[in-house]
Amino acid sequence: MSGSIEIQGLTKSFGSFKAVDDVSFVAEDGKVTALLGPSGSGKSTALRMIAGLERPDSGRITIAGEDQTRTSVQERRVGFVFQHYALFRHMTVHQNIEFGLRVRKEDQAKRRARVGELLDLVHMTPFADRYPGQLSGGQRQRVALARALAPQPKVLLLDEPFGALDAKVRHDLRRWLDELHREIGVTSLLVTHDQEEALELANTVVVMHEGHVEQVGSPSDVYDRPATPFVAGFVGSANVLHGSVVDGHVHLGSFRLPGASHLEEGAPATAFVRPHDIRVAGEEGDVKAVIERLASLGWLTRITLRLDSGETLVAHVPNEELHGAAEGDRIGVDLRNPKAFLAPEHQDTSALDEITADT
Amino acid sequence: MSATTTERMAPTPDEDLTRIRNADARRGRLVRGVMLTVGLIYVSVLLLAPLAGILFYALKAGLGAIGQTFGLQDVQHAFLLTFIIMVVTVVVTTVFGVVVALVLARDRFPGQRIVSALVDLPLAISPVVVGLMAVLLFGRGGLFAPFFAARGIQIMFALPAMILVTVFISIPFVIREVAPVLQELGMEEEQAAWTLGASRLQTFFRVTLRNIRWGLLYGIALSAARSIGEVGAVLIVSGAIQGRTETATLYILRAFDQYQPQQAYIVALTLAAFSIVLLIGIELFKRRRSAEAA
Repeated sequence: MSGSIEIQGLTKSFGSFKAVDDVSFVAEDGKVTALLGPSGSGKSTALRMIAGLERPDSGRITIAGEDQTRTSVQERRVGFVFQHYALFRHMTVHQNIEFGLRVRKEDQAKRRARVGELLDLVHMTPFADRYPGQLSGGQRQRVALARALAPQPKVLLLDEPFGALDAKVRHDLRRWLDELHREIGVTSLLVTHDQEEALELANTVVVMHEGHVEQVGSPSDVYDRPATPFVAGFVGSANVLHGSVVDGHVHLGSFRLPGASHLEEGAPATAFVRPHDIRVAGEEGDVKAVIERLASLGWLTRITLRLDSGETLVAHVPNEELHGAAEGDRIGVDLRNPKAFLAPEHQDTSALDEITADT
Repeated sequence: MSATTTERMAPTPDEDLTRIRNADARRGRLVRGVMLTVGLIYVSVLLLAPLAGILFYALKAGLGAIGQTFGLQDVQHAFLLTFIIMVVTVVVTTVFGVVVALVLARDRFPGQRIVSALVDLPLAISPVVVGLMAVLLFGRGGLFAPFFAARGIQIMFALPAMILVTVFISIPFVIREVAPVLQELGMEEEQAAWTLGASRLQTFFRVTLRNIRWGLLYGIALSAARSIGEVGAVLIVSGAIQGRTETATLYILRAFDQYQPQQAYIVALTLAAFSIVLLIGIELFKRRRSAEAA
C-alpha cells in the first residue's frame, strides 16, 4: 500500500515571495524523511503541495509511482497530521478516527474493526467516547495520527506534529512515533524545525533554507558532513570562525585548522567547529584561550572561551575532562573536526551568527 | 503573661491584612450588588413591564375572547401570510447568509470591507425607506416594473414585494452570527476532512455546518423573529389590503385604528410569545447540548 514520494523542481510563489524554489528530493518507500529548516524556509508549503492543499506553480509530484501534480487532495490518499491536530471538535475520538472510512463508504463492520485496531495502536481505547476538548495535547495528536492512518494512506505527511506540545510530551511522543513507524512502516514525510527531532526520527534529512534544498542525506551525513555553511550552522550548533585558506588550512590569526584542501588558496574561508569537538588540552593544546565563563549543563560543562584574537568560542566538555579549570584560567584547547567553507561574498553571516548564538 | 496580653492588643500585620481584604471584599460585593440591581431594573422596566402589560390586557377579557379572535377570518389569514413570509425569509436568508458568511470569512478580495459594511445596511436604514426603495423599483413607472408587467406578474401590493422587503431587512442576522464563528474556526478541520477523502460537499455538511450550527440557529431565530415583526416596509409595499395583503402586524395596526384593542393585544401577544419561545428554546437546547459535549 505504501509508496515513495518523488519531488522534482517544485516551485511556488506567493506574490513576489518565492516560498519554494526548485525543490527536488525523494522520500523512500517505507522510510521516514524529514524536511528540516527554520521557519519561512518553505518546508511546510512544500508539504502542503504534496498533500494537494496548495497548487505548485511548477514541478512534479509523484506518489507511489503516480503523477499527482494536478490531482485533488481527496484523490491523493495521503494521511496528513496538522501541528494543531485539527480534530473535529464535535466528534468523539471514535468518530474522528472513523471519519475517513465513513466518507469513503466502508461498511460498518469493517469500519468498527479498523477503528478498534487504530484505537489500540495509539493506546486511546479507553478514551474512545471522549471529545477532543477533553483530551491532553499528546492524546489529541495520537488521535490525529490514528485518524490520518485509518483510510490506509499511501504516505503519511506530518506538519510539525510535536510543535504545539511541551518538551516532556514532545520527547515521549517522538520515541513513541519512532516505534510506531517501525511497526507499520508507512512512508512518512515529517516537517520540523527541530534538528534533534529530524536526526532522531528520520532515515533521510532534507535541509531547507529560503525555499531551496541545501542538502539531502542521512542524519550523520548532514551532521558530520554538512554540504553548505548553512547546514553546518543549522544542524547542530557550531562556532563560526572567519579566516583565509593557506596551504589547505584555514588560517585564523595565531592558529590554523585543517580540512580546507578543497578550497582555493588565499580565498576567504569560514570554519565551523562544534562545541563538543573542543577539548581542554592543558599546556600542550594548539590554541590558547582564556575561560570567560563556566556553566554546568549537568554532566557537561559549557565553557565560553576568548581567543587571543578576541573571538569567542563555546565548548561543551564532559565534567571529568575539565581537570579543575576555573574562570579566568588561560588554557590550551584542541579544535577537532572543523568544517571549512568558502566564505560566499553574498552570504548573510549575521543569520549564521544568530543560529549559532544559542550554543 | 502580661507581655503576651500587650502583644495581643496591637494587631499583627496578618490581622491588618485580613481586615483590608475583608473591607475589599465588602466593597466588591457592594459594587456587584449595585450593578446587579441597576441591570435588573433596566431589564424589568424596558423589557418585562411591556410584556407583562400586553399579557394582562390580552387575557383581561378571558379565554373566550382569544378563541373569538382566532376565529376571525382576517386574523387567520393574517397569521397565514406572516407565516409564509417568515418561512420564505428564513430559507432565503439562511442559504444566502451562509454563502456570504463563507465568502466574507474565508476569501480575500478587493472591496471586501465595503461588502462587509453593506451587509449591515438593512439595520441602519429605516424599514419605511426600504419600502419606498421597493416602490421605486417595482411600483408604477419603476425600473423593473415593465419587465414583470409584461409577464403578468404582480409584485407590488402582493406577496412578492412583501417577501422581498422582509428578506432585505432580515439579511444581516445569519451573516453576522455565522461569519465570526467561521473566522474563529479557521480552515484546518476542513482541510483535514479533504485529506481524509471527504468531498467539498461532504466536508460542508459533516464538518463546517456542525461547527457553525449554534451561531446559525441563533441567526435563523433572529431572522424569523425580525420577519414576523416587520411592519413599516411591508405596510408601504403591501397596501395593507384587508384579508389579502394584511400580515399579523398590519392587522394589529388596523385593529387599533378601528377601536378593537382587545384583538390587537391578543395578536400581539401571540407574535411576542412565538419569538420569545424561539429564542429561549434555542438557548436552552444549546446549553443542554454543550453540557453533553463537555
